[in-house]
Amino acid sequence: MEKLLEIKNLDVDFALREKTLHAVRNVSLSINKGERLGIVGESGAGKSVLGFSIINLISKPGKITGGEIIFDGHDISKYSYEKMRKVRGDKISMIFQDPMMTLNPVLTIGTQMMETVKAHMDVSDKEAEAICLDKLNKVYIPSPEKRLKQYPHEFSGGMRQRIVIAISLLTSPNLIIADEPTTALDVTIQAEIMDLLLELCETENMGLILITHDLAVVSEVTQRIAVLYAGRVVEIGSAEQIITNPQHPYTQGLIKALPQMAGGEKRLNQIPGMMPSLFAMPSGCPFRPRCEICLEKCSKEVPTLTELANGTQVACFMREGGE
Amino acid sequence: MRSRWQRFKESYFLFSFLRDPVAVTSFIILAILVIGSFGAPLIAPHDPYNPTTIDIMDSELPPAWSAEGTSKFLLGTDNMGRDMFSTMLYGMRISIIIGVGAVALQAFLGIIIGLLSGYIKRLDTILMRIADVQLSFSTYMIAIFIGAIFQTMFGVANYEKIAAPLLILIIGLAEWPQYARTVRASVLAERKKEYVEAARVIGLSKIRIMWRHILPNTLSPVLVISTVQVANAIMSEAALSFLGLGMPMTKPSLGSLITAGFEYIFSGSWWITIFPGVLLVLLILVINLLGDWIRDYLNPKLYKG
Amino acid sequence: MFAFTIKRIAQAILVMLIISLIGFSIKNAFGDPVRELVGERVTQEEREQIRDRLGLNDPFMIQYGRFLRDALHGDLGRSFFFKKPVTEVIISKAPATLELVFCAALIVILLSVPLGIYSAIHPRRLFSKIVMGVSIVGVSMPVFLTAILLIYIFSVELHWLPSFGRGETVRLFGWWDSGLVTWDGLKHLVMPSIALSSIMLPLFIRLIRSEMMEVLESEYVKYAWAKGIKPWRVWWVHAFKNTLLPVITVGGVQLGIMVAFTILTETVFQWQGMGSMFIESVERADTALMVSYIVVVGFIFVVVNTIVDLIYGLVNPTVRVAGRK
Repeated sequence: MEKLLEIKNLDVDFALREKTLHAVRNVSLSINKGERLGIVGESGAGKSVLGFSIINLISKPGKITGGEIIFDGHDISKYSYEKMRKVRGDKISMIFQDPMMTLNPVLTIGTQMMETVKAHMDVSDKEAEAICLDKLNKVYIPSPEKRLKQYPHEFSGGMRQRIVIAISLLTSPNLIIADEPTTALDVTIQAEIMDLLLELCETENMGLILITHDLAVVSEVTQRIAVLYAGRVVEIGSAEQIITNPQHPYTQGLIKALPQMAGGEKRLNQIPGMMPSLFAMPSGCPFRPRCEICLEKCSKEVPTLTELANGTQVACFMREGGE
Repeated sequence: MRSRWQRFKESYFLFSFLRDPVAVTSFIILAILVIGSFGAPLIAPHDPYNPTTIDIMDSELPPAWSAEGTSKFLLGTDNMGRDMFSTMLYGMRISIIIGVGAVALQAFLGIIIGLLSGYIKRLDTILMRIADVQLSFSTYMIAIFIGAIFQTMFGVANYEKIAAPLLILIIGLAEWPQYARTVRASVLAERKKEYVEAARVIGLSKIRIMWRHILPNTLSPVLVISTVQVANAIMSEAALSFLGLGMPMTKPSLGSLITAGFEYIFSGSWWITIFPGVLLVLLILVINLLGDWIRDYLNPKLYKG
Repeated sequence: MFAFTIKRIAQAILVMLIISLIGFSIKNAFGDPVRELVGERVTQEEREQIRDRLGLNDPFMIQYGRFLRDALHGDLGRSFFFKKPVTEVIISKAPATLELVFCAALIVILLSVPLGIYSAIHPRRLFSKIVMGVSIVGVSMPVFLTAILLIYIFSVELHWLPSFGRGETVRLFGWWDSGLVTWDGLKHLVMPSIALSSIMLPLFIRLIRSEMMEVLESEYVKYAWAKGIKPWRVWWVHAFKNTLLPVITVGGVQLGIMVAFTILTETVFQWQGMGSMFIESVERADTALMVSYIVVVGFIFVVVNTIVDLIYGLVNPTVRVAGRK
């Protein structure tokens, strides 16, 4: 299996006036060609920042301060602006959360699609239009020729997200990063969109990084899952293993908290406490304050990922003995 | 229990204020100007309002540091023989009083109208229409028009006699819409909030809700626009005085001084106009800078100029 | 949309009527049409006769009606000072003011757009900070002071530019006295236009900059970056277009300030336009002229504001709101 993207020891910091926040700490993960990886975590865990850092589009004052992002044999985190621009939207496409906010309200769909094609491919207008129509068909939008002349507000939420997906397909990218693609949509539409993404990844042989807080979605669509907590990866493994046999206390808590796991009880299983804010990070393992198990080591050192027998990697001193 | 003063000293407000060099400098300069102008009776070497101390032979003397100047008149004298420095101090005092007075009037009118407008639907449309029209004419225009009309009504001599309070009235009337709109927006936003619903459910009367609950929350935006409004009011007064619709030459504000001195720059007595001009700009500038700082402090996300 | 247009126009007409009523009341209360017609040397008896003949003793509403009717025919009364119909006086003075406003507007547009956009895209660069610094000083300087300063530096000290009047003008189309086509006229236009633009310019720079900065933070601009679109296109096509609408709507309203400032600027430069005409009419108690100026200016405002409102309504407001964070 060929490695598509490899992130090694990535650090992303936000330099504020009073202090520096470490939004992403020592994150390492990789994704193979055509593979689907899910990145799961709560709000504020750093998953969006991680997603944006892959294409180096972190909002100021955020910056990549350490590590490497190897794509296509090169460390793209060190790319110049112009080189990175050529990668964005071309080899790596991104889908944002809310299509109502993502599509420019004063430009037609056609303009917004054509400009993407023309920015990366040297084709005539006619050829570009043909590509746009082709991709609109792939996302099952009826009468695509008419749609090109319409404005975003003339479409429903689900249709808009399909258009965004179509835009992401225009340059036949190797990797799609989808940041909470269905959170802003109705529940009924969510399933449709996820199915569509799944289908397209398989037929076009694209890699997919799905960033979400929704464990249920991630379990159905992805092949591997990485769990993020307070800017660190605490567990990575195959989707099946993570869901059925979670190793890290946090992941276990997440699985137990799913409504399906409440087992007919009136109350859901919650993890006590809250994820620490970046301003007040505890010493040692970030999950320590909420963990039922707490070894002495846990408050002094930060655990790193170690591989277990079943292929899952976990960052926890408890599990380090292997199982 | 820490006293109020202690709490203020430790507050974030003071902390971020002291860290901003522009804000601190502006505040110091403003303090100097205000103390200087209100302390004019004590500080000013001469009394520009006392005709017996003024000698027309002293007129148009240049500042002390130039050849024909004397140390008696630090910044020179104007065309009537008054000491520039003293007249400027008194003039600044008048400008500040009119500016602050006008803003107090605007705020008073604007807050009441804004509260009523936000709370009583039927009044809202009419009041806001009037406000919109008035705003679209621009407050300077309205002030000039009202000034012109008043002067026609009262005649020039009477107008000059009651110039100061009249100017407060004119500028106050011209600028209330700004306050009304701000307060109304706040009221409308607050009304939707749950604590108002809660208060209504408990059975509090409308007036009580308006006064005890909504009003305090509207004070923050009112404060933000107040500093800018003071600067604007001072500018409006200067403009009106320049056009002859403001303070008369016998009790000049900075604006009237500038007007009086204007024709003399051609004959070389530049100081009569330039000094009051510089002082006026300085005053307005520091108020604007402080206003900007307050706005940034209260609304860090709002860049709107 | 149609209903909105009708409503807006109806409101405009209502405001116009109110303005004309106020204007007429003032004229009625303080103006003396008899004096305007025949001067001061007439006996009281003759005055009464003339008053009767002119219908000046008729009820208020009838006089108002007559006033309206005359106004619609272009007759706004007679100027006591100029001994000419008011409309004639105003029309003769209008070109001066219009040319001045035109030049000032040109300066504002040509400078504020590039400066505003630049300081929005690169807010931390030294040049941007200088621009913002100069802006805030500009806003703190009353327009007449800027004018005086300009005159002092460029006329009195340096003798580069003339300090008053319009200079040589050429009569175009039979009635428009233009200073734009002569070199001398242009020299005279330089300082007044700069002075007049001095308050508007900083306002617009700050406005464009703040709107642009807000737009640059929006999701759709971020998305355009994510698609790998070239920077120039992102700034012009995605960002600036969205900045333009609020700027236009706010800008349209700034017209009021502009006209008010022509009064001040014209007074300083002794520019024979409508602004100085107004002040002179106040000084001379030429009520007819003074009131007519107020009414005409009011009319222009109402028209401009109505047009701006209609344009605003045309571009769908919901489209405008969506996409902002």
